[in-house]
Amino acid sequence: MEHPTAEAPVTVKDLRKTFGGQTVLNGVDLEAAQGETVAVLGRSGTGKSVLLKLLVGLQSPDSGSIRIRGQEITKLEENRLNELRKKMGFLFQQAALYDSLTVEQNVEFPLMRHTRMAPGERRQRVRELLADVGMEKDLEKLPSQISGGMQKRVGLARALALEPDIVLFDEPTAGLDPITAGEIGKVIVQLKQKRKITAVVVTHDVRGARKFADRLVLLRDGRIVTEGTFENLQKSRDDFVVQFLRDG
Amino acid sequence: MLYFTFFLVAAAVAGTVPRARSHGAAVWELIVAMFEWFGDFAKFVTRVARAALTPPYEWRELLRQLDAIGAKSAPLVALAGAATGVVLSLQTRDSLARFGAKSMLPAIIVFSMIRETGPIITGLVVSGRVSAGIGAELGSMKVTEQIDAMEASAVDPYKFLAATRVVACILVLPLLTLIADFCGILMGWIANTLAQPVSPRFFLDNGFKDVVFSDFLPPTFKTAVFGFIIGGVACFQGMRTSGGTEGVGRSTTSAVVLSSLFVILADVLLVRLILFFYS
Repeated sequence: MEHPTAEAPVTVKDLRKTFGGQTVLNGVDLEAAQGETVAVLGRSGTGKSVLLKLLVGLQSPDSGSIRIRGQEITKLEENRLNELRKKMGFLFQQAALYDSLTVEQNVEFPLMRHTRMAPGERRQRVRELLADVGMEKDLEKLPSQISGGMQKRVGLARALALEPDIVLFDEPTAGLDPITAGEIGKVIVQLKQKRKITAVVVTHDVRGARKFADRLVLLRDGRIVTEGTFENLQKSRDDFVVQFLRDG
Repeated sequence: MLYFTFFLVAAAVAGTVPRARSHGAAVWELIVAMFEWFGDFAKFVTRVARAALTPPYEWRELLRQLDAIGAKSAPLVALAGAATGVVLSLQTRDSLARFGAKSMLPAIIVFSMIRETGPIITGLVVSGRVSAGIGAELGSMKVTEQIDAMEASAVDPYKFLAATRVVACILVLPLLTLIADFCGILMGWIANTLAQPVSPRFFLDNGFKDVVFSDFLPPTFKTAVFGFIIGGVACFQGMRTSGGTEGVGRSTTSAVVLSSLFVILADVLLVRLILFFYS
């Protein structure tokens, strides 16, 4: 991990978002440096997933600033935002695979859209990506024919297809057995080590986050209550932090 | 007033359930919901139109939709057209026989099919089949975050999902209308021949004797407007789905009901326009 003097790839300032009178994010400040993995923790409904969707421009904030690679995305035109999105990967909580496409076609989709690879080269790349997540044997299956854990792994392969340098993970280990959850955690660590990607991981999984995250951020009532390494957070005397780390 | 009532019904079908306690407040809520729906729909159509007209174009997906919407609707439209032709022949024959005007039967079948029955039957049949399909497909994609996933991977869902379906609907409706017209006239002749043998040449000569340009082209091409309504409303209802599987059910139902309703309304307007310009 490096701490450059230049602006961090992901910088969020005073972010606010309200849905129908309910404040979900109430002045969130967050930074993820180059090569850093930040885990955002918090109880259900505290706006963690909303934060990720705001980061990739799927929703607009009520106020505040979101800068990705130095560009203010809240004011960006759609085509320029899309250029940024090509360099970002997003693993959705339920994988969000296209259910009319096979496993292979799902991973091939972003490559077909955004690269000029020859069909053979593209298929080769898809196989490599799926092999990295242990799914190279189920190319022809539809998402409905594979388990939730397998879907998540395919979703991860798809998120990494364009070799993004920022990856957003929404509950990557939720609902998975401990072995698969551990494997997903390892992939996140490998991405950090091999490709120095910047990652923001939204999760409930404190033990997992301890393994793959450089820094943990704890959200409560739309605000960040504390942040730091797991060891730093352990020293906190805040009841909420203590309970979250103990029960999480 | 009639249109306004239609639009209020549309707002209700679109999923707005008034929560107000008094009847007056409930009607007011419906009126507000109706304007909101039309405002949102106008914004949606503008975005889809911009996406459809701006390169790069989604030719491959458009072809897939032409097949899914056009080719796969053809048998149903043909069947509906054929059934209509038979019914027209049977019903009209009896009525004309009472007035001693049986020789008018071919002309009545041909005029009826190409001027109104063919286009509206096609519009309603496609509205039922295609709106339900699009509403359910896009609705389920929305609630399972597949549309978000597409957007997050820098693919514009308005271009890839909505524009291709709307354009496909606009292109295939006139073609499907021709199929309905053909099957209706053919089965009208067969039903007529079974009762009293008539050569196809005699039937067609008599049927098309007085047909002019304005009898055929405007009614056929007005179905492109039906296509726009069917595709636009179904995509709009699908892409604004919320509330899980129940929401998908609501979107599918409202897509079918609204598109059928608007096809009927548009037909009234377009017939008046055609009569105004070509009478």
